[in-house]
Amino acid sequence: MANLDLARLQGIARKCRVQILRMLTHAGSGHPGGSLSVIDILTTLYFNRMRYDPERPDWEDRDRLVLSKGHCVPAQYCCMAKAGYFPESQLITLRKLGSPLQGHPDRMMVPGIEAATGSLGQGLSIAVGMALGLKLAGKSARVYCVLGDGEIQEGQVWEAAMSAPKLGAPDHHLDNLCVVLDYNGIQLDDHVKKILDLEPVADKWKAFGWPVLDIDGHDIAQIDKALDQAESLKGRPTFIVAHTVKGKGVSFMENEPEWHGKAPKPAEAIRGIREIVGEPVPSWVAPVISELEQLEKK
Amino acid sequence: MAAKASRAAFGEALIELGARDERIVTLDADLSKSTMTARFAKAYPSRAFNVGIAESTMIGVAAGLALSGRIPFACSFACFLVGRFETIRVSVAYSQAPVKLVGTHVGIAIGEDGYSQMGMEDIACIRALPNIPIVQPADELETRQAVAYAVEHPGPIYLRLTRQNLEPVHGDGYRFQLGQAEVLRPGSDVSIAASGGTLWNSLEAASKLAADGIQAEVLNIATIKPLDEETILRSAGKTGRMVTVEDHSLQGGLGGAVAELLAEVMPTPVKRLGVSGFGESGDPKGLYAKHGLDPEGITRSVRKFLNR
Repeated sequence: MANLDLARLQGIARKCRVQILRMLTHAGSGHPGGSLSVIDILTTLYFNRMRYDPERPDWEDRDRLVLSKGHCVPAQYCCMAKAGYFPESQLITLRKLGSPLQGHPDRMMVPGIEAATGSLGQGLSIAVGMALGLKLAGKSARVYCVLGDGEIQEGQVWEAAMSAPKLGAPDHHLDNLCVVLDYNGIQLDDHVKKILDLEPVADKWKAFGWPVLDIDGHDIAQIDKALDQAESLKGRPTFIVAHTVKGKGVSFMENEPEWHGKAPKPAEAIRGIREIVGEPVPSWVAPVISELEQLEKK
Repeated sequence: MAAKASRAAFGEALIELGARDERIVTLDADLSKSTMTARFAKAYPSRAFNVGIAESTMIGVAAGLALSGRIPFACSFACFLVGRFETIRVSVAYSQAPVKLVGTHVGIAIGEDGYSQMGMEDIACIRALPNIPIVQPADELETRQAVAYAVEHPGPIYLRLTRQNLEPVHGDGYRFQLGQAEVLRPGSDVSIAASGGTLWNSLEAASKLAADGIQAEVLNIATIKPLDEETILRSAGKTGRMVTVEDHSLQGGLGGAVAELLAEVMPTPVKRLGVSGFGESGDPKGLYAKHGLDPEGITRSVRKFLNR
C-alpha cells in the first residue's frame, strides 16, 4: 500500500504493546508472549491494509481477519479499539464477567470479530471458506488469516493447506487469501523445536502449492511489502512466514516459554511498559503507570 | 409415494432448491455419491465443493462460506461429520455460522459396513450444543420439507438422514414445522415416540398391539431438538406410559431427551428402546431384530413394559 507512514504505525504498535500489558495485568491471566509477537502484523493489517468500517462491521465488502491463534486476541482487541469498534476504556474489562472481551474471540459478542477461534487449528479452514464465499459473490474483498506456529501441529491446518490452492479452481482461485504464520518459536509447554519441530516449514507449504514469503515479522515495512506482494499474486493464496520474537519489546518476556500464558504482576507490567516506551515516559503513559501502581496496592 | 431413503429425498430436494437460490452450495468429503449430493454437483458444478477426505476442513470451510453469505450444506456420514465435534462446536456453533450439517447413514440400519460407519452418537453430541436444532425426517415428503426449511433457517441446523428406504407415513397435506411433533396415531394406553427410520416400525407395532386390545399413541418427533414439550407432555399425561424408539445409542438421544423432560416436569414411567453397546456387521433386518427395533421387538417391549 502506498504512503507507508512507518513512524505512525510503529507508534500505534507501541501503544498497543502498552495496552496489552495493561489489560492482561487487570485480567490477571492471558497470553502476553504471543500477543506481543503478533502485534506488528496486526497493526499493519488494521492500519495500513484492510478495508473496513467500524460503524458497519457487517459491511459485505470489508476485508476479513481470522485470528486463528485466538489466545492472542488481546492484541486484536487493542487494534479494534484503536480503530473505533469499541472504546479503548473497555480494554481493561478483558476476561471479566459481563465483558464482551472474552478470553478467546467470540463473534457474537464483539462485532468485527469474524469467527470464534481459540480451539487451535480451525481458523484457516474458516478463512478458506470466507475467501471462497467472497469469490462466489463476486466480491473483491480479501481474507487474512494469522496462524500460530505451535498451532500448525494441528492436522486440520494441513487439510486446509492442501485444499486452499486447489479449491475454487478453475473459476474462483483463492488469490484473495493471505495467511501469516507468527513464527515466534515457542508454544505453551516449551520451544516449538523441542516439542515438535516444524522445519522445513516454508518447504512444506511450498510443496502444498503455496507461494511462500519469508519476512521479519516485527519490521512493518517488510510486513507491508509482503502483503503487497500477496495482493498482486494471482491464481493462488499466499503464505507469509513472519519470523517473530515471543514477548517482543519486553526483555524479560522475550523468548521465555513461561510468558506464553501468564499475566504480568503490576510491577512487572510497569517495568515492561517503561521498556516499551523508553525515557522520558510519554504523557499518555503516565496515567497507565499510576493506574497499575494503584492496582499493585490493592 | 414409494419408499425412499431420506438421503435420496434430500439429494433430489436440494437440486430443486438450488435452482431457486444460487446461494446454496454443497460440501462433501469424498462421499457425495453416498450422501446423494453428487447429482447437485453435476447440475451446479461451480457450487459443489469436494474437499477430499477431510471432514474437519469441510466443516470449517462451510462455516466460512456461511459467514460470507452462502448457504452451505456440509454432508458426510453422520459418524464422520459429528466425529469432528470440536470443529462443529467452535467453528459452527460458537461462531453462529448458519451451516446446514447433513449426517447420513445413521444407526445400525446401514448393516454390513459395521460399527465404524454407523452414526450412533450424533444426536447425543449435537444435543449438547446450545444452538443447533436436530431434525430427523421419517419419509420422503417430510425430508423434502425439512431440507427446504433448513435453507430458510437463520442459524446452523443438523439433518439426520438414513441410508435405508423409508415407507411413507404422511399424507400430502402434511406440513413440517421445526419444533413441532405430531400425533400420527392416537391411543390411550401407551405413547410411543419415534422418528426417522424407526417411525414406520413403531406404527406397525401399534397395529399389532391394537389387535391385542392395546391402544398405542404414536408420536413423530421429527425435531429432536428443540423438543415439542407440549405434545409430548399431553400424550404422556393421557397414556401415563412413554416408550421411545430410535436407531441411536440408548444414551443421550431421543430417549434421553424425552426422559429428561418427563422426569423434570411430569414424572412418568419411560422405556427407552435403542442400541446398547457397539453396532456390528449384519443384514439390517437381522440387526433390527437383534436390537428389538423391528415391529415385533417393539411390540414385545411395549407389552412387557405394560405387563400385558
